[in-house]
Amino acid sequence: MDSEKRPMLPLIGSEIVKSTLTALWFMFLTFPIMVIKISPLDKTIHWRWMNLVYVGAGAFFLSFLWRYFMERKVQGARADEDGGWQKRAGQRISTDRRIYLPGLIALGAFVAIFPFLFSSYQTSIMITALMYVMLGLGLNIVVGLAGLLNLGYVAFYAVGAYFFALMNHHFGLGFWFALPMAGAIAAIFGILLGFPVLRLRGDYLAIVTLGFGEIIRLILENWNDFSFGPSGIAGISRPGIMGASLTLHQHTIYLYYIMIVMVVFTMIVVGRLRNSRIGRAWIALREDEVACQAMGIDKAKTKLMAFALGATWAGFVGCIFAAKTTFINPSSFTFMESAIILSIVVLGGMGSIMGVVVGAFILILLPEYLRAFSEYRMLVFGASMVLIMVFRPQGIIGGIRQHYTFQRKPAADAGEGGDAACA
Amino acid sequence: MQPVLDVKKLTMDFGGLRALEGIDLQVNRGEIVALIGPNGAGKTTFFNCITGIYEPSGGDMIINPPDKPAKRINKLKPNTVTESGLARTFQNIRLFQKMTVLENVMVARHCRTRSGILGAIFRGTKTCAEEQEMVDFSYRMLEKVGLEGYVNDLAQELPYGAQRRLEIARAMATEPFLLLLDEPAAGMNPRETRELDALITRIRDEENLSILLIEHDMKLVMSISQRIYVLDYGKMIARGTPAEVAADPNVVKAYLGETFDA
Repeated sequence: MDSEKRPMLPLIGSEIVKSTLTALWFMFLTFPIMVIKISPLDKTIHWRWMNLVYVGAGAFFLSFLWRYFMERKVQGARADEDGGWQKRAGQRISTDRRIYLPGLIALGAFVAIFPFLFSSYQTSIMITALMYVMLGLGLNIVVGLAGLLNLGYVAFYAVGAYFFALMNHHFGLGFWFALPMAGAIAAIFGILLGFPVLRLRGDYLAIVTLGFGEIIRLILENWNDFSFGPSGIAGISRPGIMGASLTLHQHTIYLYYIMIVMVVFTMIVVGRLRNSRIGRAWIALREDEVACQAMGIDKAKTKLMAFALGATWAGFVGCIFAAKTTFINPSSFTFMESAIILSIVVLGGMGSIMGVVVGAFILILLPEYLRAFSEYRMLVFGASMVLIMVFRPQGIIGGIRQHYTFQRKPAADAGEGGDAACA
Repeated sequence: MQPVLDVKKLTMDFGGLRALEGIDLQVNRGEIVALIGPNGAGKTTFFNCITGIYEPSGGDMIINPPDKPAKRINKLKPNTVTESGLARTFQNIRLFQKMTVLENVMVARHCRTRSGILGAIFRGTKTCAEEQEMVDFSYRMLEKVGLEGYVNDLAQELPYGAQRRLEIARAMATEPFLLLLDEPAAGMNPRETRELDALITRIRDEENLSILLIEHDMKLVMSISQRIYVLDYGKMIARGTPAEVAADPNVVKAYLGETFDA
């Protein structure tokens, strides 16, 4: 970057002019609300001129900051064309054991003792965040890898939750039996949704899946005999360990560890799927449907597999959710949930596992811990989403592709001996 | 000997528009056959019919794989056609842009490999062996087209000529007996076209396959193809060796217009 240094002085001059204009514009815009204050009781007008100064100074400073980051973004795009340090750094961190091993151990230790360091309330929030990590990773298969925009993902979450709740209510089925079955049932629902939408893509697919999500919710809300309607199902049993009776606090800790194991399991499975024959078929399908078929990939089968596998994780989490809250009703499964899960995937980075983990923590923990600024909570939340999308449209952490190394033999018969993923 | 591809009376209608009418075309074992014709003559439509993207309105398409019985491919889905041994490239490059060069080729091994979801999750020895075979095979294909230096680059980062060659490598990875190339030299400079000429002939000889190509570059067509078919307005107007076709008055008329006095 040093090589293309431009003359600094005139540049700064024009930047100051730009920022001054922005500041003046903002001062003009906010004048009525920030400066004039009318008190209707004693019929007087207060002129708060100091506010005008604050707005001006603030806008001046922020516009500088905005343009600085915009400039960096443009330069970043240029740098990306010849490698991109982030990509290289990512590749390095994920391949060099000396760098990631100590970090991983420290993180593991922190995760392991987390419930003993923090209160039951914090642990409970963390469980929720971990549930969304799993949901995000599941949706990542469908949206991030296979490129099928699914706005009704919450339906599978509901299927898992209601499956466990109903089975528990009617037959007293335990959590550990219900968990794999909830996943399987959700997968079947995934295929059920998959069949009619095989020919659809993009916007059309999004609308149909949106409708599917609403259908499931409306059925749960209105079919009283089956789902107990809006009043929901209460008294769902928590996961037990060999019949031991646990206090509420102990239950939370137990559930926390279950979630940690489940999340690690999900990350391994999704990571392996991504770099497998099936995963590559999904990505190919996302990139170019016609070419994908012309390369001998069965479109229908591949799409159904993506829907089914994505839904499976939602089914798992649904079951865990029912066990965590011990009470479920249809209002937990609104479109808003689908939107949040989709935001996690897009914000974190489509097709990227670490991205989704980070995205879930940001989207779930940020509103939770911003409660201190209660009035501004949603404002900060919205602004941070807009900023991330402006400056990193590919998500916080973009997907990193598998790297292969080949030892080149000298002479004519070069090649062979590449490192496959199974090392 | 039976031709590897035997197309009889192929007709394709789009509503009221007859895009192809009674096309007969044969490709023999080991042959390089060219399909030429002015823009909009129906060449790519013909390819799309053979590869199952369109379902033809009439006629027959029969393939004779070297080691399997003859097969009618009229109503097959594109992926089944590819599995039976026909592979194609596209006129407007259709690579998987966000995948690496090696992965692009590995995707094409899909129909020749079997490992499923459970294999992917548990990574048993069988899956690993298959994965390794996939990597090695794909790397060999990349070597054939001279892209072994780019394995880990994203397909979208490749220069134009290299993208075209990657498409050929990808098609080859499906182990076809007949390779369909849709304007492989489009947008290439003269030097790249010469290299492509050598590449196509070399692939045919080394891999023991037949090639059917659509091409506008007459120099390339005349130098590498044994036989040429000429399409115009959906009809076959001429066929024969390069010399015969070049001398055919119908072809001259189709390319240069009615008023040309040959």
